[in-house]
Amino acid sequence: MAHDNKIQEVRAIENGTVIDHIPSDQLFKIIRIMQLDRAPQRITFGMNLESKRMGSKAIIKIADRYCLDKEINRIALFAPMAMVNTIKDFEVIEKRKVTVPEHIDGFVRCANPKCITNNEPVRTAFDVMNHDGQISLRCRYCEKVTPQSQMEMIK
Amino acid sequence: MAKKSLISITDLTKDEIIRITELAAYFEEHPYEPLLNGRVIASLFFEPSTRTRLSFESAINRLGARVIGFSDTANTSVSKGETFHDTIQVISNYCDMIVMRHSLEGAPRYASEFSKVPIVNAGDGANQHPSQTLLDLYSIKKTQGTLDGINIMMVGDLKYGRTVHSLLQALSHFNTKFTFVAPPELRMPEEYKQFLRDKGLEYTETTEIGNAINEADIVYMTRVQRERFTDPMEYERVKNVYVLKNSMLDGTKENMRILHPLPRVGEIAYDVDQNPKAYYFNQTENGVYTRMAIISYLLGVKK
Repeated sequence: MAHDNKIQEVRAIENGTVIDHIPSDQLFKIIRIMQLDRAPQRITFGMNLESKRMGSKAIIKIADRYCLDKEINRIALFAPMAMVNTIKDFEVIEKRKVTVPEHIDGFVRCANPKCITNNEPVRTAFDVMNHDGQISLRCRYCEKVTPQSQMEMIK
Repeated sequence: MAKKSLISITDLTKDEIIRITELAAYFEEHPYEPLLNGRVIASLFFEPSTRTRLSFESAINRLGARVIGFSDTANTSVSKGETFHDTIQVISNYCDMIVMRHSLEGAPRYASEFSKVPIVNAGDGANQHPSQTLLDLYSIKKTQGTLDGINIMMVGDLKYGRTVHSLLQALSHFNTKFTFVAPPELRMPEEYKQFLRDKGLEYTETTEIGNAINEADIVYMTRVQRERFTDPMEYERVKNVYVLKNSMLDGTKENMRILHPLPRVGEIAYDVDQNPKAYYFNQTENGVYTRMAIISYLLGVKK
């Protein structure tokens, strides 16, 4: 696997998914979003790895699991540069760039405590705004903007 | 389109905004038009607001419809713990339209997703109050003869004041020039300034009313509230800077008019009231005609 030495800083997997180019400070958020803390698969990760593009990056390797587009696009909120590699027999058979979705339903909490979604059983819904890579969410109900730094996952 | 809700001023196109101001002018000429004879409109004030509620109920009555509803939630099923969803679901079976105010932001939008009848937002917390914005626009059009190319000065709490935000969004259709006058703590939020820049509209920002008032066609005053300040000393320092006095109007344009969403608490001196440029009480009368326009437009009895 000499074709990518960076990936080798974390042990290679035979089959599964490698998520690369995650900002180091977002690693644990991504782990929570993908519920990897509750996953039965073998998961390895590294952070503060050297990256030409990003300076410092993190990487996650998930054995024997292939990620759905929907799952992947959630990652884009926190790691808009992330690459998702699908691995079969130790080979990268597909490389996908995450795409920032236009809308997000459920999953993120509205930062406005007076929003109806934080006070009644209402599923959250946001339009995603992307100002030069700065991601923020505009609530479809209270119309307030939740910046990336205040994004919290709904348990 | 008949039978739609009005939740946010951004739900309306420029043409619809113009149409509603035209209808408001029509209803000012015809203040008793029983276009909605026999209809029932629910007025649901989950949060009390005497002024807005009476203005809506007056508009409903002038259109010949009947009002059902409540002015606070004390004696309703809400106080028994019923969800907002269930309350709206049930009441939407009793009426042809729901006018509602709620302290929770986004409640009217949520209601419009499942209600069988149109929802009119009469204010949801610090979010939207579109009938206020439309009556402001009608007042501007009536006093200036047009909505196009107005020079407006907004004064006071531009950070939390929902009326100035909605008015800014609506006026962005009309090539408006903005002057924002606010203390540093209560400046116009960046997202609204970005919105204006994206639309290529001009604005200037300042901390004092100064001579810029002499250029204004409309001066839109808002309340500067003590509780918005983290530092009470700062409030004491700035509170008098944002008070409009009659002597400040000497050099202003003949056509200039002063608007205020009311209630005022000192930010317009009482000596201004007698000045013909004071328009805030006429503005409340315009509110009734504007609400007649909104209701009849949304129900499709006036197109």
